[in-house]
Parts: sequence; structure tokens; C-alpha cells
Amino acid sequence: MEYIDIKFVQDAINGFANKDVYIHLETTNGAYASHHDQSFFSAGAYIRNALVRYELGKITGTGPYRVGLKINLGWIYAEGITHYEIDEENHLLLAGHDSKGKLAVALEISSTPFA
Amino acid sequence: MEKERHVLVVFPHPDDEAFGVSGTIATHVQNGTPVTYACLTLGEMGRNMGNPPFTNRENLPKIRRQELQEAARVLGIQDLRMLGFRDKTIEFEDEEELANTMLALIEDVNPSLIITFYPGYSVHPDHDATGAAVVRAVEKLPAAVRPTLHCVAFSNNCVEELGEADIINNITPVADKKLGAIRAHRSQTEQMFTDMEEKLKNQDPQVMVWINNERFWTYTF
Repeated sequence: MEYIDIKFVQDAINGFANKDVYIHLETTNGAYASHHDQSFFSAGAYIRNALVRYELGKITGTGPYRVGLKINLGWIYAEGITHYEIDEENHLLLAGHDSKGKLAVALEISSTPFA
Repeated sequence: MEKERHVLVVFPHPDDEAFGVSGTIATHVQNGTPVTYACLTLGEMGRNMGNPPFTNRENLPKIRRQELQEAARVLGIQDLRMLGFRDKTIEFEDEEELANTMLALIEDVNPSLIITFYPGYSVHPDHDATGAAVVRAVEKLPAAVRPTLHCVAFSNNCVEELGEADIINNITPVADKKLGAIRAHRSQTEQMFTDMEEKLKNQDPQVMVWINNERFWTYTF
């Protein structure tokens, strides 16, 4: 993965606009957060292969970045995005890694279902 | 350690076997006991990807599959089974169906000892759900033919509620294999090794106790 190049990512987001796309979205503190610190409130959410279509998608902020997609009947967004990659299957992978490199958030867009 | 006819290890994530039981596995292998390791998922939702990240969410399972195979090779496990479930979803599977999957596995392998997680005392929801499915499966067998069940527990309340572990295996003779297995899961453990290197070099007593002793609670039905 590479550090966010805002122009490159914005172009990639635009490339998926107004088409059926599959979304992977997750946030996580890790399954051990409350085990290591019992005062920590662990929360996360995950959706894989949600089929949507967005008319407008944007990457904003000064880093870590935010990404919002305006979909047909609502919204998708993620914050804390630090890295991107277009992988060999042409998925747009956006991720936020914390200072230790651990993944904290991921938003991925693909025109075919994720495996 | 008692000599077993066949050991079946059931855990949900590649690397679950490495930390708490790989010394026990290596010892059984050295004793000539066949070991089957059934790993439910490929740890698809792991958060460690190196720092800076050397992989990504979509590629991580491919890397972890190789790491799992390498750990099995280091330990001498000849029968590694990847069951194809998805990380962090085990507790949401149909309980009866999952138990039946475990039962079919047990009937196929016919182990004298099963090692899994202690349901309710193993912190990660996948651990608890895997242990619970194995317990349900073993319960389906007539009492006379049930294999022994050794459970790993590490929740903060496990000793308070379960008492001290009744089985403690000192695995010092195979500690190098254990460290090799942990190292094999590079994507997940590289950082930990960097943090621990000094302590390992100095044979830090606390770290050595942690590495050299593997604790199990025998499950009673």
C-alpha cells in the first residue's frame, strides 16, 4: 500500500461512479482491545460485498483522510484513511493504519464481488 | 506428557496454535503421535500487516495461508486442514451445523486427545465459538468413546472461575520449534519479536516462563 495520493485516489473514485460496485467497509479496534484494557469500549462494523451505485464520491481532509460516497438512497463514509492501492484485480483499496501499522479502517470498491 | 494415539487441534485462526500449544504439538510429533490441525479461517480480518504495511486486506489471507503451512512444516504437522470459514464470523454460524462439522471431523480423525479453546474463557468471539462447537460435538458422542478434551483459556477471569490449569506442559526441549512456529506467522508476529528480542536474548525469566509452559484445562462433561 502507498500513502494517499489525493489526486490519484480521487480519479480512481470517479472511475467507479455511476456503476454497480461492490463495497467492503470495516472499522475495528481489534478483538483484544477490551482484554488488554478493560476500560476500553470496543466497537466496530463490517460489511462485505454490499452492492451499491454512487453518483458522487470524494476524498477530503489533510491526512488522515475521509472518503464519502453518495449512494442512490444514502451515504457511505470512512475516516482515518492513510493508504491506498489498486490491486491486481482492479480493486480500489483504501485503508487507515495506526502508528503501529495496525489496520483500523478499510473501504474498498470493486466492480466485481470480493472473494 | 502422556502418549496419545492421535491428537486433533482445532482453532479458528492461523497463529492460534503457535502461542499457546505449539510446544505441545511439537512434543507429540516427536513422540511419533500423528497430529491433525484443523484451522477454521485464514485470519482474513487480521489487523497486523507489517509497519509500514507490506500487504493489504485482500491479500492478507493468501499470505496467512502460506504462513500457516510454514508453521505446520516447522512443527511437523502432517495433516493440516483449512476449513474455509471466515474470520470473525464463527459465532454467527448456525450452532448445530457447526457442531456437526466438528463431529464429522472428529469421527474422521478419531483422536484420543482434542485441543481447542475453552468456551467462554478465550477472549476472541471466534475462539469461544470454536471451543463451544467442539464441546457440543464431543457431547454428541457416547461418554465411553469421548476423546480427552484439553482447553486453552486466557481471559482475565479464567483462573478465578476455572481454577488453575490442571495440565501444564513444560516444552523447553522444543522451545526452538515453538519460536519457529511463532516466527512463521510473520505478518502477525514480526513486531512482537522486535519488541521481545532483547528479552529473549537475555532469557528474561517472565518471558521464558511464558514460552516454556503451556497450560490446559481438561474439560469435564
